[in-house]
Amino acid sequence: MRLNDVVQFAFHALHGYRTRTILMLLAMAIGVASVIILTSLGEGARIYVTQQFSSLGTNLLIILPGKSETTGGAPPMMGETPRDLTLRDVMAMQKSRYVRQLAPIVVGAAPVSYRQLEREVMILGSTASLLEVRQLSMLKGKFLPEGEMTRSSSVCVMGYTLQKELFANQSPLGEWVRVSDYRCRVIGVLEEEGMSLGTDMGDVLIIPVASAQSLFNTESVFRVLIEARSPEVMTRAEKDIINIIRTRHDGEDDITVLSQDALLNTFDRILTALTYSLGGIAAISLLVAGIMIMNVMLVAVAQRTTEIGLLKALGAPRQLIILLFLTESAFLSILGAFLGLVIGFSGNWVLQQYFPDFPFEAPNWALWAAVAVALGCGLLFGLLPARHAADLDPVQSLSGR
Amino acid sequence: MISLEHINRTFKVGDELVHGLDDVSLTLNDGDYASIMGPSGSGKSTLLNVLGLLDQPNSGTYTLNGDDVTQFTELQQAKVRREKVGFVFQTFHLIPRLTAAENVALPLTLAGVDHAEREQRVRDVLASLSMTDRSHHRPDQLSGGQRQRVAIARAVVTNPLLLLADEPTGNLDHASGIEVINILEALNQRGITLLLVTHDAELGKRADRIIRMVDGKVLP
Repeated sequence: MRLNDVVQFAFHALHGYRTRTILMLLAMAIGVASVIILTSLGEGARIYVTQQFSSLGTNLLIILPGKSETTGGAPPMMGETPRDLTLRDVMAMQKSRYVRQLAPIVVGAAPVSYRQLEREVMILGSTASLLEVRQLSMLKGKFLPEGEMTRSSSVCVMGYTLQKELFANQSPLGEWVRVSDYRCRVIGVLEEEGMSLGTDMGDVLIIPVASAQSLFNTESVFRVLIEARSPEVMTRAEKDIINIIRTRHDGEDDITVLSQDALLNTFDRILTALTYSLGGIAAISLLVAGIMIMNVMLVAVAQRTTEIGLLKALGAPRQLIILLFLTESAFLSILGAFLGLVIGFSGNWVLQQYFPDFPFEAPNWALWAAVAVALGCGLLFGLLPARHAADLDPVQSLSGR
Repeated sequence: MISLEHINRTFKVGDELVHGLDDVSLTLNDGDYASIMGPSGSGKSTLLNVLGLLDQPNSGTYTLNGDDVTQFTELQQAKVRREKVGFVFQTFHLIPRLTAAENVALPLTLAGVDHAEREQRVRDVLASLSMTDRSHHRPDQLSGGQRQRVAIARAVVTNPLLLLADEPTGNLDHASGIEVINILEALNQRGITLLLVTHDAELGKRADRIIRMVDGKVLP
């Protein structure tokens, strides 16, 4: 039998039993579509997180006071109180030749009030370098002035949301606001930005670091963001800073240095694993679709017993019967996979309209894997019914009915 | 030439061994017209199935055109069925989703004959059975007699040596039955060997030779 005749015969058969064809296509399509949508979610999460970290700047080091041990072992008996990271430590770090600029950060929450309006927001104490290190941009006015970081001064910069809440449409520049019992003059407003690493940069008040320290009555610094001279010197910068702190802290390594790279790699690994497992879960639905194809094909064989007997009487050998039924399953799988791709991509498109910030993009491997598994399942699970058909006794199949 | 020598075919029904064919020997020359008659369960259909290679005898030799076809592999037997044997069934066995022409073309399609030749041969055979105007109808749009004519067209479109008809008039009214028998006889006139299984004594008598069967044995 010629190949195009085989294909045509299978197509006729699928066309002839429309309900079962549509049901099987649907099962296959849902399987493939769910692989695509679920892996897109995983992959989207990965891309989203990566983008979030990239927005921090590429040669960024984050210094935390205290040593985070991740090597395991029993926790220490005595509570280890890390030595505070002070502004003096920060100034020492700034002398490293690998550091282009750095921004210490002191964080706290306090109510900010202007006339009768009051709003509880996050207060960030930092220096002029924060603007560049965090890649912030100004809507109006100026950022914190350059100068000695130990000197406090009564100026502040507002996030966009805070400004809207306290001043509505009025310009806040030059106005005085009150933060607990500290008063400062607004000198600038940040550009409206989305969330960045979980911090809403719209709802903050930024004041000089020394002012923040006196406001929250602390000597220590919460974080130090360091921008290295170039991505190549990141590891040297990291070592250098650890050395500086060790000499200042009596030989103890009591800071933790996070590089953006390390963070990214960790998240990348976690989220890739997540994508794989989502893909695996979706693959189960493909498998179910495959088993459904097997079931329905077995029913089809039972329904078409006389037809199979007839084909044998007309001289179709075993292999040809197998080929005919396998072609039918292959057809179903291919059409189902195609339909699934269409549904999957439309689904992604619809989701994208609802969540424009989140990238819905199916990874390439998922596309290939979904289609390959669909075809594999169709053929594998089509084989049993096909062999069943080929093994039918023609005399009995023709005498039925 | 067809010859059966000491053919036995037994079936197991429960614990009992039933002799479908019991030491059957038979010779048919090319162009013969024979009817096989006998009560139900006498082995008429089994004989037809063995002749058509749909059923395998337990013992004995079946020689078709000089070849011992009982020794053939499944693939070779399929080829013999495809090229040398045509079947006509009581219930027609047309594929309902295919048109009359497509049903007739089926053996040629299975044999891998190319499209143009297929069309030509199907047209010719349908024309010879005056079914040209029905060629694009599906089986459910045809009368019983027309369906059997399509089935006959399908059986002879490959120009077989042997035409096996199992109660071809069993599902037809008298007039269509006669019409079908006339067609089969006309085909026999043109040289095909015709074997007809029937209950109907009147139809059976029309054959040149009557093979009577009882309990799996051919009566002398």
